[in-house]
Parts: sequence; structure tokens; C-alpha cells
Amino acid sequence: MNRRTAITALVGTAAAACGVTTARAGTHGAGATTGAKATSAKAVGLLYDATMCVGCLACVSGCAEAQAARMAEEGRLYQESRKLTPQARTAVRTVKHGEAECYMKQQCMHCIDPGCVSACMMGALSKDERGIVSWDGDRCVGCRYCQVACPFNVPRFEWNNARNPRIVKCEMCWPRQDKGERPACVESCPAEAVIFGKREELLTEAHRRLKESPDGYVPRILGERDAGGTQVMMLSSVSFAELGVPDVGDEPIPQTVRDVQGTLYNGFIAPTVLYGVLAAVVWRNHRMTPETNDGPEEAEHVGPR
Amino acid sequence: MSDHAERYAPIGGRLLTAPVIILAALSAMGISFVVWRFLAGLGAVTALNDGYPWGLWITMDVVVGTALACGGYAVAVLVYLLNRRRYHPLMRSAIVTSVMGYTLGGFGVMLDLGRFYNVYQLPLFWNWNVHSVLLEVALCITTYIVVLWVELSPAILDRTATMRSERLRRVTAWIRPKLEIALPFLIALGMLLPTMHQSSLGSLMMLAGYKLHPLWQTPFLPLLFLISCLAMGYAIVVIESSLSAAAFRRPGETHLLSSLGLASSVAMWLYVGIRVVDVVRRDMLAAAVALDRHSVLFLIEMALFVAAATLLTVRRTRTSARWLFRAAVLAVAAGGLYRFSTFLLAFDPGRGWKYFPAVSEILTTVGLFSLEILAYVLFVKYLPILPAPQPPASKGVGTAGHASVVH
Repeated sequence: MNRRTAITALVGTAAAACGVTTARAGTHGAGATTGAKATSAKAVGLLYDATMCVGCLACVSGCAEAQAARMAEEGRLYQESRKLTPQARTAVRTVKHGEAECYMKQQCMHCIDPGCVSACMMGALSKDERGIVSWDGDRCVGCRYCQVACPFNVPRFEWNNARNPRIVKCEMCWPRQDKGERPACVESCPAEAVIFGKREELLTEAHRRLKESPDGYVPRILGERDAGGTQVMMLSSVSFAELGVPDVGDEPIPQTVRDVQGTLYNGFIAPTVLYGVLAAVVWRNHRMTPETNDGPEEAEHVGPR
Repeated sequence: MSDHAERYAPIGGRLLTAPVIILAALSAMGISFVVWRFLAGLGAVTALNDGYPWGLWITMDVVVGTALACGGYAVAVLVYLLNRRRYHPLMRSAIVTSVMGYTLGGFGVMLDLGRFYNVYQLPLFWNWNVHSVLLEVALCITTYIVVLWVELSPAILDRTATMRSERLRRVTAWIRPKLEIALPFLIALGMLLPTMHQSSLGSLMMLAGYKLHPLWQTPFLPLLFLISCLAMGYAIVVIESSLSAAAFRRPGETHLLSSLGLASSVAMWLYVGIRVVDVVRRDMLAAAVALDRHSVLFLIEMALFVAAATLLTVRRTRTSARWLFRAAVLAVAAGGLYRFSTFLLAFDPGRGWKYFPAVSEILTTVGLFSLEILAYVLFVKYLPILPAPQPPASKGVGTAGHASVVH
């Protein structure tokens, strides 16, 4: 029967789609980051060396001044700058490690393949040629999917602003960069704990430091491979887990969803075919079974109760 | 579709019954919180924070709510795709629950959008990020709400065709033949769109990565979401029809409903199979039976699915109106819990983040669901939605009031 053929085709399509999805998903571990985007030579970044940081928070005030955010009184600033807020696009977390105090700068990592950009419906979050991830309020509907998608929990939302709540995160001071200046946190750091440059050069520098004093650092550059690589990178003498940095894995955040949805929606072919089949079957059933006629099937079942 | 006028009939009856008044009061309370949210911002009404940007509203009103509204989709697959015309009498009431559920879901999204005033940009395709799963969900749900209202329009036209206004009757006569031609294509669209967005609702959480517990974080999210919405869709029609029968003192339709129950059980067994195979394949079996918080949540979810599916598979329980109803409630709870877990209970952004919905947030959701039920009651009272009583039986169930459209 025609109907049966149609259903077989339909189920077959669905099964094939699922099969491909599974196969793709299954090869994940082996294929690893095949889909990872490469950085361009123009990619800029920051390198933060926690061992050089003195925890003075000059970067936090520098950042706040740069965005002309209203400065809170010193005490409050000190309190708040322990974590990111809509007012603080960067913060320095202090962690006790034995006798010593350790510091960890917090800010947007500017992922090479960012989850937030993949999540954003209207492209309010985008990555420019330098790799800077920035936010455009005119396109943002405030859905906050970027916050769900960010593995480092960076974007902040202005929850108590009813009229114009913004998504706030570090944008690596792109307006300053446009004028040829360095990001404000770099400029204001007295200890050169955070430096600015091309990502490739910073990575080389980080490797040099690790090689030069292997005892001074944990043997890992945060951001070299994490989440498929980030343009902000960090060095530390204590483990990053202890400093409150989540282990996000090496796979780019949008990888799985790209594999699965990319398979199902490749060229929008599957949905188009599915619609064609659905429309053909419905139309045929509609024609063959007049609405006024219950058909034998119905007459058989809707008998006396 | 005009021939349906005799097969569906409004319930009629008094408007201000006690349940209607209670539902209206709860809706009014919910709407007052909605007003407050727009005046004072999301932070004033919700307990949402930067770690838990999506809370009760998205999870309940949209992710669970639209699955509860999949009755129209699930029954349409039976009636129009598999050509099981005998389920046709259930179609309209299923569509009404879908219309209400999706419209309220869409409204729930609008509430939750911080910068709702920018949604007008959604159709600007040159700005689309085609890699965004949320974009697909947003476009599909928006389109589907329109399709659902058009699918419901024959019921509205059945009503306007008998109204006193000459002009309204003429407009009705003008629209009807055009609708008749378009309907098969709209019905097909009405099956394609839920297939797409219900599966994609699951895909949304793939981007959450490690924040979603590995028992739930799987590439099978879209398939599990699609199957769970079908299982819930059939079950909700069983619940809705049983409740309507009881509330409006109408004859039950257990013979049809038990077949829907069977359809739901097929979906649930498929779900259980895929879920178990996936957990084993990803070496998560130990985590599944570790009896910690997440393991218990997972086991409750599986128990609900297995219990509901078993009750709906066994002939004796499936054909008993009482057990059929209980099983359908379990099925809805199972699918609802799976979705609730995926978006909230098994979601953990890491150290230091906490979320429990604020009272005002909970009451808003209660209000929205009340509004949904209230709208359903009003629709079946005044529009030909529910199956008309069968001629031999109609005398016996006279309490239903006037069936004004039967001519």
C-alpha cells in the first residue's frame, strides 16, 4: 500500500538520521577536536601569570575606569572585585594555599570557538577578526542562553534592570585597541602579571616560562587547549582546580551540538524531505478518506458503548 | 471541515462556575506578577542568577509545558499520517490543549526575555546565526503557534457560521473553502514543526556541557526529547478527555483512549530502551546505580517510565478507565521529570551557585497554568470542540446543556 510505503520511507529517514548521529557521536573521543577552529595570525590575547600577581586589584579599577563604570567606594570595590559582576568585567579571586595567598584573575577567556557565540540567536555575541568576543545590545533579546553555554560562567546579566538589562563581559577593551592602546587591565598592572599580545607569541612566552622554571608552575597553560583553546591564557603555581577554575575539557563547547544538529539539518535537506513526505501522505489520506465518511475502520470501533 | 459541526458540539452551560472563578482568581494573581516583572525586572520576581540563568519559567512553562501541549501533534500523527480516522473525534480537543499550551509557552518565553523589546528582530534573517539551536526552536515554536491557531480555526468558523451577524457568516463562507485547500499542507507543517523543535529543545542543553550531569548529557538528547513529547502527548489527551468526561458529565471514550495509552506505552518503551543503551554505552551504569542524588533522580525517572509503560501495555489495566487515567498521569510525570531534570535538577554550573524558585516565580507559573485551563474550559463551553454526544446516548446525558451548533 501507498501509505505503508510512505511510512517505511519516513521511518527509514529518521533511523538513518539517528544512525549517522550516533556514529558521529561515537567517534568523538577518537576524532577529538577535528572541528576545532584554528586561530588566525591576527588573534590577540592576554597572558596572566598568577605567580607574578600581587593581588592589588589595580586591573579591576583600571577596567572599571576604562568602561566609565561608576566607581564604588574603595571598600565595596574590594569586596565585589572578588567575583565578576555587571560592574566588574574582571575580578581577582584570592585563595589561601597553606601560608601563602594565591590569586586568580577572572574574566572572559575569549574562546577560539566560543559556546556563547554559537548559542546566540541573532548574533548579538560575535567574534571579530582579532578573535575578540563582544556583545551588541541592539541584537540581544536577553534570553541568557550565552550564560548557559559559557563553560567558565563569565557573562553577567543585569537582573534588576527592567528597562535595559545588559549582558556584561570582558571585551578585551576593543575600543582602546582600535586606538592602538593596550587593554586597561594590562595597562594598570604594576607587576606585569597580565600582558597583552598576539596569541601565538603569548603561547610561546608561556611555554618559555614553564621551561625556564618548571618548579615555579603547575605544568599546564590554562587556555592552551581548554574548550578547544582560548585567547586569554593563565599560568599558576597551584592547580587551577584549587583556584576555582572548572575543568571544561579540551573539546570546543559547540562541537557536539554542531555534529548532531549539523547531521540532522545539513543543508536543511532532511526537514524538507520530511515535509514533502508528510504533506504527500496527509494530502493523499485527506483525498482518499472524505471527512464526511467515517470509513470502515471508524465504523468498526465507534460502536455502542 | 464544515461537516464536523454535527460531530463536535459546545458543552454550553453557566459561565461562572466555582472552578472557573478559582481559575480566574489564580490567573489574575499570576498576571499581577507578570506586570511586576515588567516594571521591576527579572531579578525582582525571580531567584534567577548568573549561574542559573534559566529557572522555573523556562523549564516548566516552556520545556515541560509545550510537551504537555503535544497532544495535537501526537494525535495528528495517528489521524493524518497513519490514517487512523477513528481518533478524529479527539482531534479538536487535542488541538485546543496544544493551542493553549503553546500560546502560554510563547508568552512564558516573552516574560523571561530580558530584552523582550528586541524580539521584533527575529524575522530579520540576514542577522540569523544559523548555528544557534535556540534560533531554530524560537522560529519553529513561533510558526507552530500560528499553525495551531489556523488548525483550530474550523472550530471557530463552525461557530461564526451560525452567528446572527450576516457579515460574519459571509466572511466565514469566504474563508472556509480556502482553508479547506490549505489545511492538509498546514497539518503536515503541524507535524514537521514539533518534530523539529521538540527534538531541538533537547539539543539546547548540549551546549551546557559539563554543567548538565553526564547521566543526562548525551548526544541522544534530541531523540529522547522527541520521544518523550510523543509519550506525554498521547497521555495528556487521555487525561484531558477523562477529566472533561468527569467534569462535564459526558460519556467516557475509554475504548479510543486506551488505544492512545498503548501508543504512549510504545513511545515509553522506546525511550527506556534508548536511555538504558545510552547509559551503558557511555559507561555510566555505575553512576546510574550509585544512589547519590543524581542516581536517585535517574532511577525515579526510569521507574515512572517503566510503571506507566507497563500499565499501558497490560490489556487489563489499559482498558480500565481508572487505571488508564492513573497510568497516563504517571506517563506525564515521567516525561515531565525527565525534562525538568535536564533543564534544572541535573544542571549544576559549579561551586557557589544556588537556585530555588522564588514564591513570586512559582505563583506566576501557577497563574499561567490556571489561565491555560481556564481558556480550555471557556473554549469547550462555547465552541464545538468536544465530540458531540452520540445520538442514542445524547438523551441520557442531558446535563450537558444546549448543543447550540447542531443543526
